[in-house]
Amino acid sequence: MILLWLILVLLIGGLLAWLAGPRHPLWSRWVSLASLGVDLALALALWVEAPGGVDLSRGGPWVATLTWSWIPTFGINFHLAADGLSILMTMLTLVLGIASVLASWTEIRERVGFFHFNLLWSLAGTLGVFLAFDLFLFFFFWEVMLVPMYFLIALWGHERRIYAAIKFFLFTQGSGLFMLIAILGLVFAHHSATGTYTFDYFDLLGTRLAPHLAMWLMLGFFFAFAVKLPAVPFHTWLPDAHTEAPTAGSVILAGVLLKTGAYGLIRFVVPLFPAAAHRFAPVAMALGVVGILYGAMLAFAQRDLKRLVAYSSISHLGFVLLGVFAWNLLALQGAVMQMVAHGLTTGALFIMVGAIQERLHTRDMDRMGGLWHAMPRLGAVGLFLAVASLGLPGLANFVGEFLTLLGSYRVSVPLTVTATVGLVAATVYALILVQKVFHGRPREHWEAADLGARAMAVMLTLIALVVWLGVYPQPVLNTAHPALSAALTPPARVALSTGAAP
Amino acid sequence: MSAPDLIALLPLIVLTATAVAVMLVAAFRRRHALVAGLTLAGLLGTLAALFAAAGVAPRGVTPLLVVDGYTLFYSGLILAAAAVVTVLTYGYLDRQPGRREEMYVLLLAATLGAVVLVASRHFASFFLGMELLSVSLFAMIAYPLGRRRSLEASLKYLILAGVASALLLFGMALVYNQLGTLAFPALGALLASFRAADNLYLLAGIALVTVGIGFKISLVPFHLWTPDVYEGAPAPVTAYLATVSKGAMFALLLRYFLHTGAYGAPALMVMFAVLAIASMLAGNLLALLQNNVKRILAYSSIAHMGYLLVAFMAGGVLGVVAVSYYLAAYFVMTLGAFGVVSVLSGPGGEADTDHISDYQGLFWRRPWLAGVFTVMLLALAGVPLTMGFVGKFYALAAGVGAALWWPVIVLAVGSVIGLFYYLRIIVALFQAAPRQATTGTTRAQITPVPLGGGLALLALTAVLVWLGIFPAYLVDFIHATAAAVL
Repeated sequence: MILLWLILVLLIGGLLAWLAGPRHPLWSRWVSLASLGVDLALALALWVEAPGGVDLSRGGPWVATLTWSWIPTFGINFHLAADGLSILMTMLTLVLGIASVLASWTEIRERVGFFHFNLLWSLAGTLGVFLAFDLFLFFFFWEVMLVPMYFLIALWGHERRIYAAIKFFLFTQGSGLFMLIAILGLVFAHHSATGTYTFDYFDLLGTRLAPHLAMWLMLGFFFAFAVKLPAVPFHTWLPDAHTEAPTAGSVILAGVLLKTGAYGLIRFVVPLFPAAAHRFAPVAMALGVVGILYGAMLAFAQRDLKRLVAYSSISHLGFVLLGVFAWNLLALQGAVMQMVAHGLTTGALFIMVGAIQERLHTRDMDRMGGLWHAMPRLGAVGLFLAVASLGLPGLANFVGEFLTLLGSYRVSVPLTVTATVGLVAATVYALILVQKVFHGRPREHWEAADLGARAMAVMLTLIALVVWLGVYPQPVLNTAHPALSAALTPPARVALSTGAAP
Repeated sequence: MSAPDLIALLPLIVLTATAVAVMLVAAFRRRHALVAGLTLAGLLGTLAALFAAAGVAPRGVTPLLVVDGYTLFYSGLILAAAAVVTVLTYGYLDRQPGRREEMYVLLLAATLGAVVLVASRHFASFFLGMELLSVSLFAMIAYPLGRRRSLEASLKYLILAGVASALLLFGMALVYNQLGTLAFPALGALLASFRAADNLYLLAGIALVTVGIGFKISLVPFHLWTPDVYEGAPAPVTAYLATVSKGAMFALLLRYFLHTGAYGAPALMVMFAVLAIASMLAGNLLALLQNNVKRILAYSSIAHMGYLLVAFMAGGVLGVVAVSYYLAAYFVMTLGAFGVVSVLSGPGGEADTDHISDYQGLFWRRPWLAGVFTVMLLALAGVPLTMGFVGKFYALAAGVGAALWWPVIVLAVGSVIGLFYYLRIIVALFQAAPRQATTGTTRAQITPVPLGGGLALLALTAVLVWLGIFPAYLVDFIHATAAAVL
């Protein structure tokens, strides 16, 4: 039940925030904050209760489950479950949710109630994605999180918001439909093998598939997740959506929504189609490396501060793709760590960019410079985040990238070496950012207030988390470990023996 | 004719009696509210009569009609849609000048035709039902006599529907010439023993019948009348045309194919695959070019018929369930979308409030109405929490289950294209409202919304969301009714 409440609290909170909006904007802000806080407490309770993972039925590391019948004729259930991976993602979602409500405290002044409604419903959809273990339900949530995000971009975004919002929606919805076809293909393959319709993740694991069918179905899933991640040929929606979204939208997009793609790869693509994924791994890893380098290069070439951060996301998530398809424990741990670290640092970076834009009304880095003098606190925060983003040892991103490279080194040395170049490129764009924005001579005269107490509290919390995970990443690794090792081992193996074994 | 036969026919009898009663009342006492109320009561009474008929179903009444679960399900759908259209029509006509009462007679006659269609198992009753529906529709489309667009639309529909009827009759004649029967079950038995694929006349006959039906449900390339008629007809009539007329025709097509076993002919299936793909692509692509909401919805309905064909081609239990659920969803979404257009269409004027710019910023003036419209459009686009999503899911499932890979892929691609133009309308709804000082408020923002229409829209939205979240109720019911035709 606790899993259902995680989602329901946000849905109800969203409705209340909408209703409260017209009375007083502050009310809907506080309602949102309260519901996210309650949710975070629930998630923490789940985590503390089962730090190492409790062994439930089916031999999985599941800490909580819930199954209700939904469309019985088709074997569709309302099936929620959580393991360490789900809980980590849930907590990341909620932390960033709170950060984004606080970050839009002064930025959003119009239609505040509707804004928070969309924000909370989008987050609720994301939580659903992380907790759903029925493929129909998963797809359902996958789509549910899009619509409110579309409204967030289209209504509160910047100059080209309509274009960006529609592009975002079309890319994700279109790729999602191909995933739906793949889901149905899998279900019917299972039906013809066993005679029962089921959409349950656990029943579908280990379905016997002909090799070429497995490959097509795997590609259907991969396409949806690669668009969301985004992997390089499918990334073009991201810079537009991130740049045009309001700060909270960018934080949620980068911090949380992109992670649903990575999560899907770990949870669905490889366990459901191990043989096909194995054959496809070289291509996927190469795409990851291309993403790392290409994202870093384009980030370096931007004048728009927000676009720079957006492209750096593409680069960072290339590591995730590389780590997932290396498919060993180290690389997976690295990928998960990278997901969490990227969520925190990039989320914070977008909040910083939002703060700058709110004060300067521009994102053009050529017009900035010397902001450190005007806003020393913002400058210090910016420097820290840039350094974290480039992967300084001792901070969370370093742990993620290092583990990923360590794991992928065992699989492919050339790809790993090439990916390492990306770290150098990251140093270049991160330092360029600091140089252009905060150092040097001011190009224009800016009178702007420094970060206030609320913003500093958000930033310091996120920074503390980044430092903590950088110095002592063990809690994350421990939490994810049972889930990841379960994903690495059977029942996935059942299909391995029947498909074209690698 | 025995008593159970009469009970089985009770819905048709009540409906006919209502039509006559409404005509008489209109002749003696012209009161709009009275006539509309009587119509609504008659439709609800017919709905109630369905329950009585369900007691004796399944039962064949004369060689022409059959009353089984399938008939009852679709009759219920049609009657409910007709009731919603009645409510919308009342609000719409109440602010138009001229005589209003005859519209309801036509509406009831058309509904009678539609119910006959879904109950027919014989070419004769099929043709009768179809003509009853079409002839009433000509007059309904042209009802606002002062509008040139409406007259033009009516004429177009008249001519093209005439051509379609001619093709249909010729096809029936060819089939009769070869097989010597017009009843579906007998046709099925003969076809099974006959090598249909070798007989050119027979194949041509079946193909011509299919073309005739294709005109009615506006499949590409027989769709040319659709956008003009949708645009020219008064909004409630458009809603009726899009739902009842097309839905009844589609239900008949499905029954015809299941009873006659025409699924066995590969040539026909290839033809349907081509029609489906063409409809999905052309419908969606042409909708991108429109600036008129009614025309956008017209092209989108062409695409939706393509989606339905994918489910139809799959056949079997899943195919029937998918078609039935999708049609139910399509009824609700389409009625809702055209319902918004019709409650916003003000008195007089040459056209309805149907330009996309009329809807700019509607959300900030009329959040409820714009919210309903948004939900309907998202449902048409197949977004979850609505029936549209479950319908599309079932259509895809049926297609994948029958391994119709190309139509399924085109369905996915078409949905993405479709999303674009639905979002265009939604974007307009949420844009900043045009400034009052310069252009004045648009008509959509000042027309008062009739109470009945508003309530009907809220009810449709509630159904759309409820059955979208808990589809099991409807799915189980459809499973039970689908057994009748399988």
